[in-house]
Amino acid sequence: MRLVRNLMLGSAAALALGAGAAEARRGQDGQLNILYWQAVSILNPFLSGGTKDVEGASLVLEPLARYDQDGNMVPWLAEDIPTVENGGVSADLKTITWKLKPGLKWSDGSDVTADDVVFTWAYCTAEGGGCQQATAFENVANVEALDALTVRVTFDIAKPFPYGPFVGATSPIIQKAQFKDCLGPAAPQCTQANFYPIGTGPFVVKDFKANDVVVYEANPHYRDPDKPAFQTVVLKGGGDAAAAARSVMETGEFDYAWNMQVQPEILAAMEAKGIGKVVSAFGTSVERLMVNFTNPDPALGEKRSTREGGPHPFLTDRRVTRALSLAIDRQVLVDVGYGPAGQVTCNVLPAPAIYNSTNNDWCKKGGTPEAVAEAKRLLEEAGFKPGPDGVRVRESDGRRLSILYQTSTNAVRQETQALIKQMWAEIGVETELRNISASVFFGGDPSSPDTFQKFYADIEMYTNNFDGTDPQNYMGNWLCKEAPSPENNWLGNNMPRYCDPEYDALFLKLSQTAGLEARAEIAKKLNDMLIEAGAIIPLIHRGRVSAKKNDLGGHIMNPWDSELWNIADWYRIK
Amino acid sequence: MTDAARAEAEAVLSAPPRTLWRDVWRQFRRHRGAMAGAVIFIAIGLLVTLGPQLHDIDPTAPNFRARNLGPTWAHPLGTDNIGRDSFAQLLHGGRVSLAVGLSAMTLSILLGTLIGILAGYFRRLDGPLMRLTDLFLALPLLPLLLVVIMLFRDPLRTAFGPETGIFLLIVFVIGITSWMQTARIVRGEVLALREREFVLAARSIGTRQHRILIRHILPNVVSPIMVAATLGIASAIITESALSFLGLGFPPDFPTWGRLIYDNKDFIQSAPERVLWPGLALALTVLSVNFMGDGLRDALDPRGRGR
Amino acid sequence: MFTYTIRRLIYAVPTLIAISFIIFSILELSPGDPMAQVPLTVPAEERAKIAEAMGLNEPFIVRYGLWLRQFFINEPLNLIEQWTGWTIGDGERLRVRSWITRAPVTDLIAERLPQTLWVVGLAYLFGVMIAVPIGVISAYRQYSWFDQLGTLFSMVGFSVPTFLTGTLFILIFSVWLGWFPDSYDTTLVVRDWPSFLAQVRQMIMPVTVLALFNAAQISRFMRASMLENLNQDYVRTARAKGLRERAVVLVHVLRNSMIPVVTVIALGVPQIFAGAIITEQIFRVNGLGALLIVGIEGADYPLVQTLTFIFAVLIVLFNLIADILYGILDPRIRYD
Repeated sequence: MRLVRNLMLGSAAALALGAGAAEARRGQDGQLNILYWQAVSILNPFLSGGTKDVEGASLVLEPLARYDQDGNMVPWLAEDIPTVENGGVSADLKTITWKLKPGLKWSDGSDVTADDVVFTWAYCTAEGGGCQQATAFENVANVEALDALTVRVTFDIAKPFPYGPFVGATSPIIQKAQFKDCLGPAAPQCTQANFYPIGTGPFVVKDFKANDVVVYEANPHYRDPDKPAFQTVVLKGGGDAAAAARSVMETGEFDYAWNMQVQPEILAAMEAKGIGKVVSAFGTSVERLMVNFTNPDPALGEKRSTREGGPHPFLTDRRVTRALSLAIDRQVLVDVGYGPAGQVTCNVLPAPAIYNSTNNDWCKKGGTPEAVAEAKRLLEEAGFKPGPDGVRVRESDGRRLSILYQTSTNAVRQETQALIKQMWAEIGVETELRNISASVFFGGDPSSPDTFQKFYADIEMYTNNFDGTDPQNYMGNWLCKEAPSPENNWLGNNMPRYCDPEYDALFLKLSQTAGLEARAEIAKKLNDMLIEAGAIIPLIHRGRVSAKKNDLGGHIMNPWDSELWNIADWYRIK
Repeated sequence: MTDAARAEAEAVLSAPPRTLWRDVWRQFRRHRGAMAGAVIFIAIGLLVTLGPQLHDIDPTAPNFRARNLGPTWAHPLGTDNIGRDSFAQLLHGGRVSLAVGLSAMTLSILLGTLIGILAGYFRRLDGPLMRLTDLFLALPLLPLLLVVIMLFRDPLRTAFGPETGIFLLIVFVIGITSWMQTARIVRGEVLALREREFVLAARSIGTRQHRILIRHILPNVVSPIMVAATLGIASAIITESALSFLGLGFPPDFPTWGRLIYDNKDFIQSAPERVLWPGLALALTVLSVNFMGDGLRDALDPRGRGR
Repeated sequence: MFTYTIRRLIYAVPTLIAISFIIFSILELSPGDPMAQVPLTVPAEERAKIAEAMGLNEPFIVRYGLWLRQFFINEPLNLIEQWTGWTIGDGERLRVRSWITRAPVTDLIAERLPQTLWVVGLAYLFGVMIAVPIGVISAYRQYSWFDQLGTLFSMVGFSVPTFLTGTLFILIFSVWLGWFPDSYDTTLVVRDWPSFLAQVRQMIMPVTVLALFNAAQISRFMRASMLENLNQDYVRTARAKGLRERAVVLVHVLRNSMIPVVTVIALGVPQIFAGAIITEQIFRVNGLGALLIVGIEGADYPLVQTLTFIFAVLIVLFNLIADILYGILDPRIRYD
C-alpha cells in the first residue's frame, strides 16, 4: 500500500496541485455543490454520450489515461502511457499494451483487474446494446488480459493513433462483477447498475434522481488516502444558464456551474460582485456556417438538397462564399455572444495548436472597410449587380442573392443570426432567418424536413468538435461518401455535400501516416481545402466556460476531458 | 318574471328610437372604467399602427457600434445588447402581439362558445363534444405544435410569404389549443340555463332553436365569456412568446412583446427598462380590454341598466 | 345521477384508449428524435445501431401495442407485486422505460410526484383560497376601491408571465435580501422542526408565484359569476324574506355562482399533475413539469406518452367530477 501511496502522490504532484493539498485530509471540507443546468440523466456513459452524463459519471468511473488541460495524455489507472519508444505500442502500430497500477480497488473493496478492462470492451461492443461510445473501439479486433494487470488491445489495421479505447472521460472502465448480466439488449434494463455504478474514482454515488440531482460521497477505497477533500458532492440540475450563473456568482449557493452560455455583459456584471468568477478553456469546438453546395429549391421535391438535384445556383461559386465570409466581422460576434468563451477563427480545425492552419487568416479582417469592399468586388465579378431594393441580382439569369439561413433555437445563435444578416445586407445579400428546435434540428428524424442533415436551406450554423486530440475521424466528415442523401437515410456528417476526390485521397494518406508532425501537415491541408472551396465558413472557436466560486481551490479547467477530471484535488480555500 | 322580462325586452325592441344596441352603447358610454379602457386601448392601437411611421428605425437592424445605449433622442428607449432600437421593437412588437392576441382570442372564444352552447343545449351532442374537449385538453401541446408546423409551414410560407404564413399558423395553433376552457364553462352555464323558466317558456311557445340560443341563452353567458376573452388575450400573447422561444414561432429577428420580455429578462439588473416597457404595454392592454369587457357586461345586463 | 356516473365511467374507457392512440400518433408524427441527444461526434453507422437498440425501427403499430401491454398489464402487475410481495408469473416483465434515463417511467413519476404536489398543489390550493373571497367581495362591492385594486392585481398577475415574476422574486428575495434559497432541494427530508423550516423556506417563492397566477384567473371568473347572480330575482326574494345579508350572499348567491368556477377549478386540478413547467424550471423544483419538458425536448416518447396519458385520465376524471358537482349545485341540471 505504501508503494501505491507514494506513486499516487508523485503523480498528483505532477498535476500541479498547489500547496493547499499537501496537508489535506479526506472529507475535511464538507459539501461541494455543483450545478449542471442540464441535469444528469444516467450515470453510465456508454448508454448516454451527452456531456452532462459523461461528466456526472466521471466522478466515479475512470479511464486508463486522461487528457490534461493542455491536451497531453496522463496515465490515470494505467502505470504509464504506452508508446512505440517504450515498447507499449508494437512497431506495426497494430497492438497497444496497457499496464494497470497495482493495488487499485473498486469502491466496493474488490480489486481492479485486467478482466474488468476486457469486459468493458465486451460490454460496449455487444450486439444490440446501443453503446454510444462504440467509436472509441473502432477497428479493435481483440482485447485480452495478459495477466491480472496487463491488457493488450489488438487492432485489425495499423493505428497511427492507438489511444481510442479506454482513454478520456468517454471511455472509462466499468466493473465486470456489476455489469456482467447487462450485456447487449439487457443493458438498459440494469437500472441499478446504470444509476449506481461502482467505480474507482474519488466519489461513490449515494443517491440519484434522474434528471434532477446526484449525491456523491467520498470513496472509502480511493487510492489516495488524503483525498478527496470534500466529503459529499451534490450535482444538481435544472433551470437555465443565466440562472446557474446567478446561483454561483450572485447568491453563492453553488460552488461550480457548468456551461455558461450567457451574454458576456451579464456575466461581467455578475463577476463584478466578487463572489465568483468565469473560467474558460478552448478545445476543438467551432461554431461554423455550413454552405449548401446542392440546390435546396422546394420545387425539386425528392431531389431537394441532394447531388442529383444539381449544384446550388450560386453558393458553389467560390467568389460568393468568400464574399460572404469577408463580410462577417467575427470579433463583433464574439463580443456580443461569447465574450471569454469565444475567439475568432478562420479554421474548422482550430486546435490543438499544431493543427491550426494560418493560411486562411484573411478572414480575420472580415468586416473592415477594405474587406467589405473586396467582398463587393468579388460579387460584382461573379456577376451580381445591386438591384433597385439594394439586393444583388445576377445579370445573366435574374437570380436574386437571397439566402435562407437556419440554425437551432438558442438566444446567442439568434443574435448571431441577426448580426450576420445585417453584415450581409451591407454587401447586398438578402437573408431570411429560421430557427428550429434543437430536438428536431439535431434529431436526424428522416421524416422531418428540418434536420441539419436534410439541410433544406442555403446556409446553416451549428457547433461541432471532436473527442480527444486526434482529428482523423473529424476530418473524415467531409469525405464524398459522407454526404447525407435518401440512399443513406440522410445519415452522414458532410452537410455541405462537398465532394473532391483530391480531399478523399489526402484523407486516405492521413489514415496511413504516423508521426505527429506529418499528420498535422496533412490535417492542415485538409482544413485549408474545405475553407478554400467555401464549403465551410468558420466563425468562432468556442471554449468551455464555467463559473466557480472564489473559495473553490484546485480547479483546473480542462477542455479535452471531463471538466470534473481532477475533482479529487478540489478543496475549499480557507 | 319571464313575462315581465319579455315585456320589457319587447318594449325596448318596439320603441323605434331605442334599439338594444343603442341602449347598450349609451350604458357603455356612461361606464367610466369602460371608457377609460377604450381610450387606452385605442391609444395603444394607434401608437403601434402609426408609431412606426413616425419612428422609422428598422427594429430588426442591429447596430454593433451602438450597443446597450441608454435613452437618447435618436433612441428614446435606448438600444439592446446587439444595438437594436428598443422603442422601434416595442412598437413593431406591439403590432404583432396585438394582432396575434386579438385574433387568436377571437378564434378560441368563437370555437369555445359554439361548442359549449351546442354541447350544453343539445343532449345528443353533449357526449361527443365533451369527449372531443377531453381529447384536446389531453393532447401534448409541444409535440402537436411540432407536427402542425412541420406539416403546414412550408405550404403556408409559399402561399402567403414567410411572415403572414407564420402569423396564420400561430393564430390557428393558439386558437385551436385554447378553446376548451371556454367551452367547458359555457356548457356548464348552459346546462343550468336550459332548465330555467324563461327558456322553457320560449320553447313552449314554439320559438325556434337557433332563436332560443341566440336571444335567450347567449346573452346570459356573456359574462364568463368576457372574462375568458380578457384572459385569452394575455395568454395568447404569452403563448406566442413561448412558441418563439422554442423556435416554433416567428422568425428569430421578429420582435413581439412576449419575446422582448423573455429575451431581456436576464438583463433585468443592468437594464430593467427593457422588460419594464413591454411588460407595462402588455399589462395595460389586458387591463384596458378587461375594463371594456366589464362595461360591456354591465351594459348588456338588462337588470343593471339604468341603475 | 348514479347511473349517469356509471355510464360515463364506462364510456371513459374507449375514450381513453382513443386518446392514447391519438397521442401516440402525434408523437410518432412529431419530427423530434431521441438521436438529438447523441453527440455529433458519434458517426452515422453507430447512430443507426443505437436507434435500433432503442427499438425505433419497429413498425408503429407494434410499438403502440407494446406500450399498451406494458402500461395496462405489466405496470399494474408490477405495482401489485411491490405492494403485496407476491410473485406473479416469472416476474420478468418489460416495463415502460424512458429512452433518456433507461429507468422505468413509473419510477421516475413516483420520484417527481412529492415536489410537484407540494409546490404546484399547494399553490393551487392557496390560489383558490385567495381567489374565491376576492371574487366574492369584488362583486359584492362592485367598483369599490377593493374591487379596483383586486382587478388591477389580478390583471397584472395574469398578464406578467411567470418567467418574469420568478426571476424578479429570485433577484429580490435571494440575491438582494438573501431570505430564501433560489434552488429547490429535492433530497431534503422533513423529519424535524429545522428541516420543516427549510422546506417552507424553499417552497415560499415558487408557491407564491404560482398561487398569484392561479388566483388572478379564478378570482375573475368568481367575480363575473357573482355579479351575474347578485341582480337575480331570487336574491331580492331572499332579502325580502328577511334573510340576513351574509346568508343571502354566502349561501344563495355563492352557490349559484359556482358553476363556472367549479369548471375552472376542475380544469386546473389535472394541471397540477402536469406540473408548472416554467416555474419548476426557474426554481429548479424538477417535478413532473420539468420531467415532461425534458422528455419532450429529448424526444423521450415512452416518457411523454405515459405522462400525457396519466394526465388524460385525470382530465376525464375531473371533468366528470365537475359534471357531478353541477348537479349538486343546481338540482335542475339533469343529464338523463
